[in-house]
Amino acid sequence: MSDAKRAIEAVWRIESARLIAGLARMVQDVGLAEDLAQDALVAALEKWPSDGVPDNPGAWLMATAKNRAIDRMRRQESFQSKQEEIARETGALFAMERSDFEAAADDEIGDDLLALIFTCCHPLLSREARVALTLRLLGGLTTPEIARAFLAPESTVAQRLVRAKKALREARVPFEVPRGTELDERLPSVLEVVYLVFNEGYAASGGEEWVRRDLCEEALRVGRILAELVPAEPEVHGLVALLEIQASRLGARLGPEGEPVLLLDQNRGRWDPLLIVRGRRALERAEGLPRPLGPYGLQAAIAACHAQAIRAEETDWVKIAALYDALAQIQPSPIVELNRAVALGMAFGPEAGLALLNEIGDQKELANYHLLPSVRGDLLEKAGRPDEAATEFKRAAELTTNARERDLLLSRAAPPNA
Amino acid sequence: MRFMMFMYPGIEEKDWTPSAEDVAAMSRYNEELRKAGMLLSLDGLRPPSDGGVVSFEDGKATITDGPFTEAKEVVGGYWLIQARSKEEALEWASRCPGENCRIEVRQIFEMDDFPQDVQDAAAENFGG
Repeated sequence: MSDAKRAIEAVWRIESARLIAGLARMVQDVGLAEDLAQDALVAALEKWPSDGVPDNPGAWLMATAKNRAIDRMRRQESFQSKQEEIARETGALFAMERSDFEAAADDEIGDDLLALIFTCCHPLLSREARVALTLRLLGGLTTPEIARAFLAPESTVAQRLVRAKKALREARVPFEVPRGTELDERLPSVLEVVYLVFNEGYAASGGEEWVRRDLCEEALRVGRILAELVPAEPEVHGLVALLEIQASRLGARLGPEGEPVLLLDQNRGRWDPLLIVRGRRALERAEGLPRPLGPYGLQAAIAACHAQAIRAEETDWVKIAALYDALAQIQPSPIVELNRAVALGMAFGPEAGLALLNEIGDQKELANYHLLPSVRGDLLEKAGRPDEAATEFKRAAELTTNARERDLLLSRAAPPNA
Repeated sequence: MRFMMFMYPGIEEKDWTPSAEDVAAMSRYNEELRKAGMLLSLDGLRPPSDGGVVSFEDGKATITDGPFTEAKEVVGGYWLIQARSKEEALEWASRCPGENCRIEVRQIFEMDDFPQDVQDAAAENFGG
């Protein structure tokens, strides 16, 4: 790729989301807005290598896209007779003349961007579609890049994107930021998408390492943008805090052979102190708001407890157990209870953890979940009950689908010097 | 990817303290970086005369107080940003409201950039 093309690509990455957002406000259709923005990109690729990148590339792209929009609408007007369509286009044209991108206040651009985020994450769309559309329209990723990140065929991702845009158009989803209670209802869907993108990058499920790191950084970027746009929502800061702290462990989460390293076994010298500080600051912002911490905020607070301990032995397990208790109250799930049992075991001794496990042990969701016997085995071992522990480790080994984990569990079931 | 952008202001030490106007323009830029989710950290540095230099020769340290009349350029501040490519970092740097200055953009080493023994050595003495 030529230097000029790479420079244009960089400008595109910076400008595309704002461009698409501004256009979507005018034409009330993110699919059409993306097409118009792409037209402007094509024009830039034709012009900029010889003319140079303009001083204000964002404004240039917007002006070009607007002209293309007018061209398209005129063309459509002569071919299409549908009254409604014309009325919509005229309205859009009118809106376009009134608004001037260059003069638009920061607030307005921010509002458009936020509307774009909410539209990409609309509950009408499947999770996969929301994720793909967000990466595409907000992150400026290409379809092959998204496919590579999610280890999915390009055609699948392309189709997913086309269908998502079509679904939004057909449902005539208004391009706007939801307000009041609707905002509260729809925010979790947005935060979930950001978290899913991050986890796709964080989970060591294969793929090239740099792609995975890129995904984590992209999720963080969108999270930070959201934190600037909806600063009064504690969960946004909670999510950012959680992601910053989890990202601080990126360099420690895999061993030399690419095997996952458990949190307590990680070399803490590899944790990134800058991201920990940033995470703590985001958590403080969440805590400083009048509303209580939500599930992301509480998970961030737990992550912050771990981050604070320079050595694993210094972990404040009592506080972590209390935070899991709070998390279990607002977002009860067997996994949270399992984590709470681990924390109780660490804070108050194995019997405390085992007591909780006995309470939750018969839940259906956990019946075939290998971590339940694995955690129980660990607690039994600590409680000095090796025979019972071995039974649990064997059961966990039967349930896990991960070969490396199975080996580890079996070795714990039969200690070499037993 | 992370990049450090070093600002080398084209000014004399006596003109070091920026005007309110310069600061306003710069904070608009900083805000833009922050709103784009790119900014990780930044600082402006006090003039060289408030600092000093430690130079080593054959392992022996020598301390010199500022200012450094022999130095052609001195760092005036830095931004630490996240970017998706070197070109993107350079594009952000070129949007800085600079008059006569230079910004050097350097990519930061990540742990994974090093071979295993270097990674181990880097983390070896932590918390001990």
